[in-house]
Amino acid sequence: MKDVAFGQYYPTKSFVHNLDPRLKILFLIAYIVAIFLANNFAGLACCLFVLILAIGFSRVPVLRVFKAIKGILFLIIFTTVLNLLFYNGETVYAEWWIFTITKEGIIFSAFLVVRLVLLITCSSLLTYTTTPVALTDGIESLLYPLTWIRFPVRELAQIMSIALRYIPILIDETERIMNAQKARGANFETGGLVSRVKAVIPVLIPLLLSSFRRAEELGDAMEARCYTGGKKRTKFKKLRFTWRDVLAFLLIAALITGVVLLKIYLGATV
Amino acid sequence: MNAIEFENVSFSYEEGGAFQIKNLNFHVEEGEFLAILGHNGSGKSTLARLSNGLLEADSGVIRVFGEELTEKNLFDIRKQVGIVFQNPDNQTVASIVEDDIAFGAENIALPREEIGVRIDFALKAVGMEEYRHATVSRLSGGQKQRIAIAGVLAVMPKVLILDESTAMLDPRGRREIIDCVTRLNREEGITVVLITHFMEEALRATRAIVMNRGEIVMQGAPQDIFERHEELLTYNLTLPLIGRICKELRAGGLPVCDTLDAKSLAKEIAQCVSKQST
Repeated sequence: MKDVAFGQYYPTKSFVHNLDPRLKILFLIAYIVAIFLANNFAGLACCLFVLILAIGFSRVPVLRVFKAIKGILFLIIFTTVLNLLFYNGETVYAEWWIFTITKEGIIFSAFLVVRLVLLITCSSLLTYTTTPVALTDGIESLLYPLTWIRFPVRELAQIMSIALRYIPILIDETERIMNAQKARGANFETGGLVSRVKAVIPVLIPLLLSSFRRAEELGDAMEARCYTGGKKRTKFKKLRFTWRDVLAFLLIAALITGVVLLKIYLGATV
Repeated sequence: MNAIEFENVSFSYEEGGAFQIKNLNFHVEEGEFLAILGHNGSGKSTLARLSNGLLEADSGVIRVFGEELTEKNLFDIRKQVGIVFQNPDNQTVASIVEDDIAFGAENIALPREEIGVRIDFALKAVGMEEYRHATVSRLSGGQKQRIAIAGVLAVMPKVLILDESTAMLDPRGRREIIDCVTRLNREEGITVVLITHFMEEALRATRAIVMNRGEIVMQGAPQDIFERHEELLTYNLTLPLIGRICKELRAGGLPVCDTLDAKSLAKEIAQCVSKQST
């Protein structure tokens, strides 16, 4: 936990890990667009193929990637069943009370499942292969045009990077306070919901207070290091596109073109 | 030339409240290693914060390299006077060592190549070159504090103030920091102001000041100050262990001279014992 690689990051060296974070974010957005543009099986198959390619080149174990789906399994099943039972279609297979199962309903549900699975898998692949620090750099760089309308992009990036730095510290601190409260007889493990929530309050308040104290000290330290806000600062790290990024860009461009072409020539299944 | 100069400076945290610092006159000479001693609440940290404008004095004049500190030149003064604070965890802004050290250099708007050079310099100065790409939260307390020093050094200040920077470290971390700033003072010519309540640390300094209730009560060479141990006790400061042993030995009838160095104490004892046995 005590690392920048907290959360989902899967530390290894691979083609996908080495891609520019900006490109990966854009890739994800383009990919999501492609998933929803694809309205026939051939189009979705293209999307699936690209995802398999991406997973293959990321060297993240396939099982691990698909683990991300577990978290939203309930949501997938729920929406699928709902669509299956209530979708209005022409070819009716079965009918009971207010429920109807139609051919169109089955196809639509199948599309939905595939789309959701692709969406979640691709998003988690981004967090598996990109450290939070790199993600922050990427988001900052992508948001940069917003400085034209005076949106404080650099300050926002600074806030995100400080937040990332303090997550492990606050985790440590929470543990320490919980132990201190346990030593005084606090009980976090048993009891009903209400008493458990109540038990958390004596942890949250000291945590909050100490965070304020830290924030004040950090503010002093930043000012002492000549920080005056984002305006006149320079930036040490610069993101650079490499041949890998060009390749990945060509891949996603090909996918979008393919999906659109399939859409035009094959027509919609849904 | 005086690096920092205080002229009749007073400061209180609340308006009309008790003075944290009262009519203080003092100076730091360029290139010296000054230790400021004092127990909690003696005003020594306030002094550090006044020196680079983190706090504003109620009255009096503060000069940095001859230039009077005002709101206008705050930024330029901070480039020259860097402060390292007590808690290393509350000073780092980035998760990766290199990014954190770059922070100060980015703030003073240096070009990118220059920032790279500064990072190399700062890491070398604190002896942490191999940790350039390390994760800050994985380092030990002493290492984190050395990174904090490096972060301040990247701005290349002429004066480095350590505001109880060793208080939260274990003995090993403390030694790392003191060795580091001693080297910076001797080899890089950086003026060092070490604020501490550990008397042993003050021994490395060329000059020491003792503060009590916002006033300077003693000053001189660290050795001379330590000889006046009765007076130190009245300011709630206790002598380093070796100094106390000297005192106890004398009280017990062994006529050793005052010293704070283990080797010279051993020599003294040996001489006394051989004299008595003959």
